[in-house]
Amino acid sequence: MNRKQFLSTIAFAGAAITFKSKNGMDLMAQSQSGQPDVVAVMGGEPDEMFKQAIEELGGIFKFIEKGWKVVVKPNIGWDKSPELAGNTNPKLIAEIVRQCIQAGAKEVTVFDHTCDDWIKCYKNSGIEAAAKTAGAKVVPAHEESYYKEVQLPEAKKLKTAKIHEAILNCDAWINVPILKHHGGANLSISMKNYMGIVWDRRIFHSSDLQQCIADICTMKKKPVLNVVDAYRTMKSNGPQGRSTADVVDTKSLFVSKDIVAVDTAAAKFFGQIRKMPLENVGHLANGQTLGIGTMDLDKLNIKRIKI
Amino acid sequence: MLFSLITFYFLDFAGLMSGKTVNLLAKIQFIPAVMAFSVVILIILIVLTLLFGRVYCSSICPMGIYQDIIAWISKRTSKKKKRYKFSKAKNILRYSMLVASVSIFLKFPLILGFIDPYSAYGRIVTNVFRPVYMAGNNVLEAIFTKFDNYTFYRTDIFIMNVFAFVVAILSMGIIGYLAWKHGRTYCNTICPAGAVFGFLSRFSIFRIRINGSKCNSCGVCEMKCKAACINSKQKTVDSSRCVDCFNCLSACRKNALKFSPSLIPARNTLSKENNADEAASEYVVDEGKRRFLTTGIIAAVAAPVAVIENEVHTLAGNGKYVRQHPILPPGSISVENMLKHCTSCHLCISKCPSRVLKPAFMEYGLAGIMQPTMYFEKGFCNFDCTICSEVCPNDAIKQLTKDEKHLNQNGYVVFTQEICIVQTDETNCGACSEHCPTQAVTMIPYKNGLTIPQINIDICVGCGGCEFICPVRPLRAIHIEGHAVQSKAKPFEEQEKEEKTIDSFGF
Repeated sequence: MNRKQFLSTIAFAGAAITFKSKNGMDLMAQSQSGQPDVVAVMGGEPDEMFKQAIEELGGIFKFIEKGWKVVVKPNIGWDKSPELAGNTNPKLIAEIVRQCIQAGAKEVTVFDHTCDDWIKCYKNSGIEAAAKTAGAKVVPAHEESYYKEVQLPEAKKLKTAKIHEAILNCDAWINVPILKHHGGANLSISMKNYMGIVWDRRIFHSSDLQQCIADICTMKKKPVLNVVDAYRTMKSNGPQGRSTADVVDTKSLFVSKDIVAVDTAAAKFFGQIRKMPLENVGHLANGQTLGIGTMDLDKLNIKRIKI
Repeated sequence: MLFSLITFYFLDFAGLMSGKTVNLLAKIQFIPAVMAFSVVILIILIVLTLLFGRVYCSSICPMGIYQDIIAWISKRTSKKKKRYKFSKAKNILRYSMLVASVSIFLKFPLILGFIDPYSAYGRIVTNVFRPVYMAGNNVLEAIFTKFDNYTFYRTDIFIMNVFAFVVAILSMGIIGYLAWKHGRTYCNTICPAGAVFGFLSRFSIFRIRINGSKCNSCGVCEMKCKAACINSKQKTVDSSRCVDCFNCLSACRKNALKFSPSLIPARNTLSKENNADEAASEYVVDEGKRRFLTTGIIAAVAAPVAVIENEVHTLAGNGKYVRQHPILPPGSISVENMLKHCTSCHLCISKCPSRVLKPAFMEYGLAGIMQPTMYFEKGFCNFDCTICSEVCPNDAIKQLTKDEKHLNQNGYVVFTQEICIVQTDETNCGACSEHCPTQAVTMIPYKNGLTIPQINIDICVGCGGCEFICPVRPLRAIHIEGHAVQSKAKPFEEQEKEEKTIDSFGF
């Protein structure tokens, strides 16, 4: 433990003791003013890390208002158990759902447009059961009729897309991807997770995947939070993976409102496991060009926590 | 009871009914048991028949009960009082149908598949009732979802194969018509299972007998007999045609009919036949001929239509590859094995959660028309799923464990780099590799940080994930080619899990 970490631990402990002291925390935690732009947590269980992170950001009620309809959008793409890290961690999803309900959300909906058979994915990922227990409504997304066309005027290539009605009808949505290697996009994080709210994904692949991923993120209704699950990280053979040999237990979590920033942070984190130049993850730069966020982490207020 | 279970079993797209016991519903059917050579089931069915007669026809065979329901409705709705009349046994027709189907099935089970009552019923439910059931589900879904209840989910309704749909409608119509007019004519003229059980039940211990001293030949029993096997004038029952419905027992006012045991084989009622019923019997013989002719006509019409449609396909290109070999469902061993065992009941098709099975058209040739084949328009074969192999009652798809399935190669991947997005557009894609469960398609460095697919046929299982998702049109850059004989995939090399500890954020 170095001095910086020591101090931040002390600061955090102090904040925890002074309970609910939002102001106190701001004063102690950072030299820069205001809430952090990105929170990175390491070393805890998924739910525990989220609790810490959201507290740093001022609590869930900063993002979710009473009576709102909320969507929590995990990655449930594959018929894989949580250990194989193909899907977002169910414990994390459950915790987010619980907090949204505590914040007074009228309803919390969970869905994903899966790649494998949706019933198997929902079940074997553990997400359906966890989200339902936490009080969410888990809705299907396997038929085109659930999707409605949306214009993307700011996009470069993908000018329209069919978006799931749950997203279109909600007051706020929280994007909860898992950090994974990806054979096509090189990395799958928050921006890539948008593909699960879209009906036709072949068009992404056939008309410049990296640009289309950035394009879809220009959609007007942006997530109020991006929560990147890196409790387990798939380092190879992604996004599906073959066995636990593809998985590294990284026990981390990254949260930010800035989707490009949080993905850049996660990509840099991934770079420690396996070489991954940021320019290979082309949608990050494309996203920055479109003005949906920044890759320049040095200019941001980043809060790092180790549990 | 059994009937509604089987019907629901075929309808059930949501997998509400599953498990070993449920799969027995189809496995206890006679023709499938013959095809699978399930000795235990065959012995049970034969012993049952030798004891009690054609119990199979009255309560196990779904087509038998379908006919009873039609006949019951016909009785309820017709203005005239419905009467059945004794008719002469069409022994030549029924046994020749049996012999024909048995001898032909050695070469093509196609004909047997057409007339096997279980398979024909399975096709009716899968191709006709199931879409209706799903439409009903969608109506309920719309209503429930309006009220924020997500018990139901939407389903995509489509006709998988027009030919199979037409055959199903025709068999439903023809058998239904015969049942409406004449009761169990199908069972006693066309049905090969009926012919076998009919023959056996000549020797059955329990059977309907007429007590000659009590009977006054009033004819009520004959009128009630949907198998048209009671001759009230002669006071005889042709037990080879009796399907154990017992309607006559309750109808008899003199209590002259009894279902009782005796060891004396049935007398051949046929030989005692006189001319009294000639008129009637001729009429029904005609019916049988008509049925026989219709079957012939269907086959005759179907073949050229099939050829033509196939031709059009090849010409139009249609964005699909004309595969050299069709893709067999996992576990079906070889095209030969499929042709030899499958009677096209379509249970596997109905049960496939990934919608990768459909009735073949001419993929296996004329002999394999309507048998299941894999296609990847609606989905791809789930790596861990073994449902089709579990439900197949004919052993046309041999049961696979999950581990066996993981190494069963239905086909192999073919990559056409010249039309791949990565090469033509120089943009990222990787959709194929993304869907590959064994990484037989993996992304390797190309240029400018791009990655391009590389295939390894040895570890490919032919699930079709790559073909399903490939965005290139009209022809896809990656597709699956079938095997005439399924082979084994090599297990992919599993790397040791390296324990990596990441203890800094890296930013």
